[in-house]
Amino acid sequence: MKNPPATAREILIVTIARLLHGTRHVAVGAASPIPAAGAMLARALAETAGEPRLRISILGSVKHNFFTNGSTELFDCAGQGRIDAFFLGGGQIDGAGNVNLIGVGAYPEMKVRWPGSFGSAYLYFTIPRVILFREEHTSRVMVEKVDFISAPGTSAEGVYRKGGPYALLTGRGLFMFDKDKPGFRLESLHPGQTLEQMHEATGFAFDHAEKPAETAPPDETTLALLRGRVLEELGETYPDFAAGFRTETLGVEPKEVTT
Amino acid sequence: MQDDLDRLAAHVKSGMRVAVPVDYGGVPMALTRRLITRGDVTDLHLICVPTGGLQVDMLIGAGMVTTVETSAVSLGEAGGAPRFNDAVRSGRIRILDATCPAIHAGLLAAQKAVPFMPIRGLLGSDIQANRADWQVMDNPLSEGADPIVLIPAIHPDVAVFHAPMADRAGNVWIGRRRELAAMAYAARTTLVTVERIVETDLMADELTAAGTLPALYVTDVALAERGAWPHGLWGNYDPDSTELRRYAAAAKTAAGFAAYMAETESEIA
Repeated sequence: MKNPPATAREILIVTIARLLHGTRHVAVGAASPIPAAGAMLARALAETAGEPRLRISILGSVKHNFFTNGSTELFDCAGQGRIDAFFLGGGQIDGAGNVNLIGVGAYPEMKVRWPGSFGSAYLYFTIPRVILFREEHTSRVMVEKVDFISAPGTSAEGVYRKGGPYALLTGRGLFMFDKDKPGFRLESLHPGQTLEQMHEATGFAFDHAEKPAETAPPDETTLALLRGRVLEELGETYPDFAAGFRTETLGVEPKEVTT
Repeated sequence: MQDDLDRLAAHVKSGMRVAVPVDYGGVPMALTRRLITRGDVTDLHLICVPTGGLQVDMLIGAGMVTTVETSAVSLGEAGGAPRFNDAVRSGRIRILDATCPAIHAGLLAAQKAVPFMPIRGLLGSDIQANRADWQVMDNPLSEGADPIVLIPAIHPDVAVFHAPMADRAGNVWIGRRRELAAMAYAARTTLVTVERIVETDLMADELTAAGTLPALYVTDVALAERGAWPHGLWGNYDPDSTELRRYAAAAKTAAGFAAYMAETESEIA
C-alpha cells in the first residue's frame, strides 16, 4: 500500500526541520508538539545524512532535556550563544517582527489578558534563529502593529543583539524575516492557499514574488522517518498528540490546519 | 487543631513578598490551601519564579493578593488562569510583568548580596517600558555605547515550595531543581513541605548531598503527602490534568471559584 500523502501538519513539521538545518542545539518551549516534532525530524535527518550531531532541549521532557541547573540554565545557555534556534508563538505578531504575549487593548487593564511574556524578551535577543510559529493565521493574530511589545523584532543601533526573528511559519505559509528592511517576505504558500487569501488574512504588508512558490512536500524517506522514529520519540513528551497524529496519517484524508 | 502545616502557615503575614515556584517545580499546594482556609493573610506580593500557575490563581481568587510579579501566569494545558486574568483586567491587582531571566537575575543579586544584576535583552520592549524600578545604564566597561538593563535585587520575605524529601535535621533534597535553592538563598524565611521525611542524613552521602539544600537556608519543614496536588511533583507523580481542567472551568466566575474551593476543601483536609 502506498503511503498516504503528507498532511497539512506534516508539511509544517517538515518545513520546521528544513529551517533548522545546520543548527547544533535547538531548544523547544513547553506545550509545543509541532516544533518539537520538527526538531526531532531535523535531528533524525542530520543523523541519516552523517552531518554533525544536533542536540535538542525540550522543556517539559525528561529524556530530551539535559539541563541540571534549574530553570535559569536555558537562559544562561542562550546568553552564552549555546542555543542556535528556538520557537516563539504570539497572540499578536506584526510586520516588524514584534511579538505580543501579554494581551489585547491598553496595558495593564486589557480587554483580553494572556499568560505573559515568559522568556521572550531575552531569548529574542540572544538566539540567532527564532522561528515564529503560529498555526492560526488570521488578521487578528497577524496585525499591523501589536498592542504590547513583549519582545521587539529589531533593535536600535548599539543595542546588544545576537538574535531575533528568522522565519514566520503559519498554517497558511512560510515567511522569512529581513532585519534590514525590517519586514517579512513570503517564501511559500502551503498547498491550497492563494496569495489573495494570504493578503486578506494578514494585517501587515509583506514582500512576495509575483507567483509565490508552494511549500514543498516531504520526500518518501523524510515522511517515513517522521511517521516512524520521530512519532515514537515524540510520544514520550506528547503522548496524546502523537496518538492523534497517528490516526490522522493512517489513511485519513489530510485536514486543513486553518479554515 | 494546630498541626505542622499551621505552624508553617503562621510565618506568612499580611503584606509580605512571597516567592512561589514554577508549576512543574514543586508547588506547595497543601500549604497554599491551608493559608486560604486560615484566611488571616491579605495584601501579599507574589513573586513567581519565574512563572505561576494554580497556586497563584487560587491566592488571587481568595482575595489575598495585591501585587503579582511574574513572567506569566497560566494553567498550562488547562488554559488561562481565570482569577488572575479577571483580576488584571479589572485592575484589582497590580501586575509587574517581567521576563523569566529578569526574575532569576533579581534573585541572583539577592543571593550575592549586591544591589542589582545587569541583564541583556529587554531594551525596546514594553515590559521594560512599564518597569520604573528597572534602570538602564551604559556598560561602564565598554568603549562604545552599550546600554544594559539593571534588575534590582529581589528579596522575598518568604519562599515556599514542595520537595520529595527532607531529613530530620531539615536538609531538603531538591535534585536538579536548582531554582528552589535560588529562592531560598534570596529569601529571609524558607518554608518547605515534603512527601517524606527520611531517617538518614542527606548530607552524609555525596550522591544526595549534591542535590540537597542545607538546613542553613530552611526555616521549617512539614510533611504533606501528595502536597503538590493537583500539580505534579518531578520524579514522584504527574499533574492531575483532569482536576486542573475542572478547576479551570469552575473558576471562570468568582462564584464558581468559591464553590470549587468549598467543595474540594474536605478532600484535602
